[in-house]
Amino acid sequence: MRSKRAELMVGCFIVLGIVALVYLAVQVSGLAFSSKKDTYQIVARFDDIAGLTSRAKVSIAGVTVGSVESITLDKELYMALVSMNINSDVDNIPIDSSMAVLTSGLLGEKYLGISIGAEDEMLKDGSEIYDTQSALVLETLISQFLFNSGDSE
Amino acid sequence: MKAIVALGAWVFNWLESVGRAGIFIMQSIFRMPTRWGESINLLVKQLYSVGVLSLVIVIVSGTFIGMVLSLQGYSILAKFGSEEAVGQLLALSLLRELSPVVTALLFAGRAGSSLTAEIGLMKTTEQLSSYEMMGVDPLRRVIAPRFIAGVICLPLLSLIFSAAGILGGQLVSVGWLGVHDGAFWSSMQQSVYFDTDVLNGLIKAMCFAVAVTWIAVYQGYECAPTSEGIGKATTRTVVLGSLAVLALDFVLTAAMFGDF
Amino acid sequence: MGNDSINTYLVQMEGVSVKNAYVSVSKLSFSRGERLIYDDVSLTIPKGKITAIMGPSGTGKTTLLRLIAAQLDPDSGTILVDGQNLHKLSRTDLYKERKKMGMLFQSGALFSDMSVAENVAFPLEEHTKLNAVSIQQIVNDKLHSVGLRGASKLMPAELSGGMARRVALARAIALDPQLVMYDEPFTGQDPISKGVLVKLIKQLNDSANITSVIVSHDVDESLSIADHVCILAGGKVVAEGAAEEIRHSLDPQVKQFLNGEPDGPVPFHYPDESVSVPGLKGESA
Repeated sequence: MRSKRAELMVGCFIVLGIVALVYLAVQVSGLAFSSKKDTYQIVARFDDIAGLTSRAKVSIAGVTVGSVESITLDKELYMALVSMNINSDVDNIPIDSSMAVLTSGLLGEKYLGISIGAEDEMLKDGSEIYDTQSALVLETLISQFLFNSGDSE
Repeated sequence: MKAIVALGAWVFNWLESVGRAGIFIMQSIFRMPTRWGESINLLVKQLYSVGVLSLVIVIVSGTFIGMVLSLQGYSILAKFGSEEAVGQLLALSLLRELSPVVTALLFAGRAGSSLTAEIGLMKTTEQLSSYEMMGVDPLRRVIAPRFIAGVICLPLLSLIFSAAGILGGQLVSVGWLGVHDGAFWSSMQQSVYFDTDVLNGLIKAMCFAVAVTWIAVYQGYECAPTSEGIGKATTRTVVLGSLAVLALDFVLTAAMFGDF
Repeated sequence: MGNDSINTYLVQMEGVSVKNAYVSVSKLSFSRGERLIYDDVSLTIPKGKITAIMGPSGTGKTTLLRLIAAQLDPDSGTILVDGQNLHKLSRTDLYKERKKMGMLFQSGALFSDMSVAENVAFPLEEHTKLNAVSIQQIVNDKLHSVGLRGASKLMPAELSGGMARRVALARAIALDPQLVMYDEPFTGQDPISKGVLVKLIKQLNDSANITSVIVSHDVDESLSIADHVCILAGGKVVAEGAAEEIRHSLDPQVKQFLNGEPDGPVPFHYPDESVSVPGLKGESA
């Protein structure tokens, strides 16, 4: 009888451990098991991505609609080639939409924001967004400010 | 000159004991049991005494560490106006560092010492010799189930520790300090990755499990068969186990997160 | 009796096993660290008899049993058990041979996490393919033979020292071994338990034709049942022969030991580093 109780407790213990693992995976790290399936891929080229990393979120009006898949260097144009996965239920992004590298808060992470265009044709798998806006780099901003203020005098 | 000779002798002794411990553990786990049912029974018994009985201390300390981390983190992050990042702080420090290390230290003190004392007492009361005289390998019968149980339990305990810590932290930061619930979870989910954080923490816990349990069973098996010998061996298990965990942690952290 | 002493004589002269010996030890040397425990020892344990190995505490009598059971390996010399050199066997074969031996440890060495019945059943479960019912039957028989059938449900911690030793005896004979070794069976027992153990050992030996070896320093109990006696002191065999011969021996060391005289050839004082005693290398009472 005593051994039965031990077996039961050991079973509970192992189940508890597995529940903890699933909890950490889903609730804490936000792992979605079917993330690959229902997305389509689009690309965009940027002059400067300044600290954007893969898996950064892609948002429209602040709502996350996808994530960055990979960032590589386009050797011909010397630009950053960013490919990203967009949730397939968001299938009505016009082809002339623009994209910008944004920062959440003063010290927060970099993410991509999409501003909606006016065309009737929509983005589909493999499309490219041509209208891109690079990240605001603090050093550039400061030097621009100094240069402009010197000009006006 | 004498000092150099002493150093050399010490190195040789050390190498010899490491080699003996290695052979010892190989012999215990790579000998197939003759009666599977019996072996599984023994393993369940050990899982109970090593794992289930360590559960309370792990959950309680996990919860409190999570709560303290939230309090401390909140008071600093509030100065920058980014209180919701407390979720990120909590999850990353627990998953990557605190839960494997603290669980392993608790495990060395709670389960490791009792393994050493139990095996040492079996040796002192000639139970180990008795197995041998009956043609039963004490390594297979006594050491192997304890070692395997330790290696299984510690990673599970570490996962439970993390979960308890995060829940405790949420209780304090959301329920008490008034951090927004959604912001708490989303800042956590954005910065925590399953492979680099959860899995790496789990790998750490597995490495610690092997080190601590190995030290515990070896110290018990090799202890001097006197009451003083058992006492010394138990102390050595806790001291060597804890040092091994901390040293291994540095090496593993450097290997896993060092390229950041 | 007379036959035994002649055989013994042959063993000592030639260092080979004779027909009647179950265990024969020849030219055995063994040392632990710096301490020489056995120095060129030869002795014989005749088959089907009770042999008492006696000597002052600290002469390594228990070590001798461990050497016979091949838990320890000798530095030199050979030990043949039933004509086989256990020290040369592979681990698997050695474990097979050990099934023919039973050993009663000084402390009983019952497995503290099993009940009395489980303790006795353990060697049967481990080494036989009997079903649960027959194992239960054998366990009951063995416990009955040591008079503890009613105690089968108790845990070892609930037993008195004498009972624990009797349970351990039941466990040692569970597989019907050919050789049973008793390590200090009488130490720390009250006179009644001593009497019970003496009777049990005698009974077992006679009924099952077991070869018994008793390692002890309890002179009266050992001599009362032993057929063959061997006295060790200072790493050497002081005397070996039939019990009667030993009892009437004129050897001063034997007399000192049997009569419990405080001083004699075996010194009362532990040998000093500076005053070394010839022939007794750091080994004495």
